Amino acid sequence: MDDFNSETDSDYTSYWRDWFISSRGNEYFCEIDEEYLTDRFNLTGLNTEVQYYQYALDLVTDVFDLDCDDEMREQIEKSARHLYGLVHARYIVTTRGLAKMLEKFKKGDFGKCPRVMCEAQPLLPMGQSDVANTSPVKLYCARCEDLYNPKSSRHASIDGAYFGTSFHNILFQVYPAMLPPKTQKRYEPRIFGFRVHAAAALCRWQAEQREQMKERLRQARIETGFEEEDEEIESEDDIDDDMDAGGDGFEHGAIVQQ
Amino acid sequence: MSSSSQVAESWISSFCGLLGHEYFAEVSEDFIEDDFNLTGLQSQVPMYKEALEMILDVEPEDDEDEEDEEEEDEDDDEVLGDEKPVGAAGSYRRAGDRRHLRMASDLSVIESSAELLYGLIHQRYITSRPGIQQMAEKYELQHFGTCPRVFCNSCKVLPVGCNDTPGQETVKLFCPSCLDVYTPPNSRFQAVDGAFFGTTFGCLFFMTFPELEIGAPRTTSVGGADALLAIQAAENKSRSSSATNSTVVPAAQPSLINGVAPSNLAPGLGPGNVYEPRIYGFRVSERARSGPRMKWLRMRPIDVNELDEARRYWEERGCGGAGLGDEDTNMLDVAGAAADANKLGVAVDRRKKAVGRRRRTNGSGNGGGSPMDTNGIGGAG
Repeated sequence: MDDFNSETDSDYTSYWRDWFISSRGNEYFCEIDEEYLTDRFNLTGLNTEVQYYQYALDLVTDVFDLDCDDEMREQIEKSARHLYGLVHARYIVTTRGLAKMLEKFKKGDFGKCPRVMCEAQPLLPMGQSDVANTSPVKLYCARCEDLYNPKSSRHASIDGAYFGTSFHNILFQVYPAMLPPKTQKRYEPRIFGFRVHAAAALCRWQAEQREQMKERLRQARIETGFEEEDEEIESEDDIDDDMDAGGDGFEHGAIVQQ
Repeated sequence: MSSSSQVAESWISSFCGLLGHEYFAEVSEDFIEDDFNLTGLQSQVPMYKEALEMILDVEPEDDEDEEDEEEEDEDDDEVLGDEKPVGAAGSYRRAGDRRHLRMASDLSVIESSAELLYGLIHQRYITSRPGIQQMAEKYELQHFGTCPRVFCNSCKVLPVGCNDTPGQETVKLFCPSCLDVYTPPNSRFQAVDGAFFGTTFGCLFFMTFPELEIGAPRTTSVGGADALLAIQAAENKSRSSSATNSTVVPAAQPSLINGVAPSNLAPGLGPGNVYEPRIYGFRVSERARSGPRMKWLRMRPIDVNELDEARRYWEERGCGGAGLGDEDTNMLDVAGAAADANKLGVAVDRRKKAVGRRRRTNGSGNGGGSPMDTNGIGGAG
């Protein structure tokens, strides 16, 4: 077992996955369960996406024992990382994966929203595409519902497909209690205390759109989720019945489980 | 502080060279020496006089006699290189000399006062003509970084404060592409006071340089992945714009809307630049508890004429747009006034008329939101 190491493993631990998630730059990844990895159903279709698929899988699951030259090993190592990422995208939308990522989210492992009005809301990693090598990972803020680039360049090189387009939305459907209250506070550009007309006009137009949306939600008797809400609808329990995403139960929206 | 080792450096340049002070412009000494520019600062800064002397590297007169003999030999070679104009109080010395003259505790108080004073002067300086020019150079060189928002496409940002009073908030970054403010990515800027840049600077900057292209595409070579994304974004854009039932751009777009070229008005916002949450490719409904609620923040009308509130107001009133052409509505805002300076003569008395009319109608109801009604932001709903 000890001879399958590659050039990267100065402090090599006995598990490839341990090494992988603890190495610098891979802070966004959570550890995939052994059982999940060994269930071939979960890996359907990945054999066409990953070079040296079988070797890479062996490496990830710590059963790799091929004797080969360094160049080959490097290739396999690269494939293993790619494979891990692709499986990761599937894993994090399962119940266990969501729970693991939720813990990381709560700890703020993915960073805080840079937007001032979001008051350091923790972020979630996401991809803009589910196809590998399309775009690097982005960070989603649930408070302003926008995407941001990771601060650090070592994160900016991670493939977005390793997290996928759906994960962060599923997380908040499964754990709606984690949804932060939305804020209407915003930055108003001013010059010597006076609002600037062009920006202010746009703000007013946006506020109009917002009120229209609130009105639509109100008519459908749905909470708008804004922080400083003018009390028109009190928290009535029957509101929950109208909602697509279900109520408070954490396990309610078990979406993808294998 | 490194100033004692580097003999040829002034206090100002050593201050601006400190780690975390990368956003600061070097205020010219002429600006500081003009007392008019310092009006009112005396009451805000403790040990004002000493702090000012420190900033200007001026040797206080009264201390000079007592300590003269110690300094004598050092002075000889050092003063030669010193060609700064003579300020309020006596001859110039180096930061290193000054250190000998004062008690250490005294010095640290003055040092912090000097930093405060410099910051407050800086706030004023960067709104002055030479200061804003200097900041423009720094902006062009991307000294302030870029917007972290994905859809802003690495738009260059400016340092601003959210408060003009020191000690309230740290420096923030203003993105002209999404008209929002962000925390600087590096924590070393958490120690920089936002008041040293002020609330006015951000907007004034882009009004001073209206020809700056805000949403300029990245010039650096982008990878194939980015190109692919750009194509997708374009597709999305066309899809979403057709979805909102306006095929291309409906009406003729004005060359100037509310005093800003439409292409420079929040180019990072609007259809195609608003994140659309999806699960397995399906959009998440607005009615879902976790559904999108903040899209308004990143919206922008496809037809910018919707932002011409004065015109909309009069159209809704049925008063006819004939009396109120484009030049009139543009005259009502600051930048428009600057841009249309040549039309000034014609427009002024028409403007007066318009203002008069508006005053009368304002009382009856704010529904349309006249541009004169700057306090009426809440009136939209």
